[in-house]
Amino acid sequence: MKAALTAAPNHSFIHGMKDGVSIALGYFPAAITFGFLAQTTGLLLQEALVMSLLVFAGAAQYMALSLIAAGTGALEIIFTTFIVNIRHFLMSASLNEKALPDHPLKKAGYAFGLTDEVFAVTSTKDGHVSTGYVYGVFLISYASWVVFSGVGHAVGQLLPSVLQQSLTFALYALFIALLAPSVKKHRKIFFLAALAAVVNSIFTLIMAEGWAIISATLIASVVIEWIEPHHTKKTPADVDKEVNAQ
Amino acid sequence: MSTELLLIIVGMAIVTYIPRVLPLVFLNAKKIPSRLEGVLKNVPYAALGALIFPGVLFVHENIFFGLTGVIIAFTISFLGGNLIFVVIGSILILTVLTPLF
Repeated sequence: MKAALTAAPNHSFIHGMKDGVSIALGYFPAAITFGFLAQTTGLLLQEALVMSLLVFAGAAQYMALSLIAAGTGALEIIFTTFIVNIRHFLMSASLNEKALPDHPLKKAGYAFGLTDEVFAVTSTKDGHVSTGYVYGVFLISYASWVVFSGVGHAVGQLLPSVLQQSLTFALYALFIALLAPSVKKHRKIFFLAALAAVVNSIFTLIMAEGWAIISATLIASVVIEWIEPHHTKKTPADVDKEVNAQ
Repeated sequence: MSTELLLIIVGMAIVTYIPRVLPLVFLNAKKIPSRLEGVLKNVPYAALGALIFPGVLFVHENIFFGLTGVIIAFTISFLGGNLIFVVIGSILILTVLTPLF
């Protein structure tokens, strides 16, 4: 649909920042935990900060800490990081369909910020998203991740343990909040998420987590596309818009 | 800062960035066959399913902690809560319920 190739008016940088606040909030406990673990692993404050600044990948950073603590070699740590983050390849290809065309250098800039959460927020937005919008979501999330990594390194042990436990749920709450409105409207989306969840739960038992997530996502996306009658090219987000317009 | 650690971090940064950047810069969205386009548009929702399960079951040694959280978050969402409300609301309720687990 050619007409869809313009962003909705509420897709500016500022709107990106606003939508990114929920991620920034979800990163608060995740980053505090990372900083605190980094400190207990023996990393200096500046080392924890540089890792968050350059890598910006929660799961991979946690994993690297446990590998460093176990005395694992550099190449193995880097390879593990690659496996854990390979799922972003699929997300990048998917966002490429969703984002308005722009100069490759600008896209290469926000590609750095393509975490699970930034992808989830930008790709479940109605219609196409502008470069500015993606930067807005990315930059506020990035700022939160880096700043609270440092805070966690300095004062992480001060968080009450009851709160530490419930905060581990924050990012899952974000994912559920992004999924729920679409599940409510489209049966297809329920089947997509449920199939991927089941396949991932099985695959996690037999392969590395990184491979499990990308395989489960791909299998569910292909199978549901295959089953669905192919009479329309509308995205679920397009349908959302029509439903909302009625 | 130790040189070996810096080397590890830079290596991690490079292998994290490559999968994030290649498709966005080199795939031409207009030249993608419609079936593949359909698959790529399914990815966000499938990925959310895989990111939630089974990971959410293991945030606490008791799997019912995560399951309770899932039910709370879905309920707040279905009642029309926005993103931030769902995140803060489910954390607060879970904090109150934590002694049960």
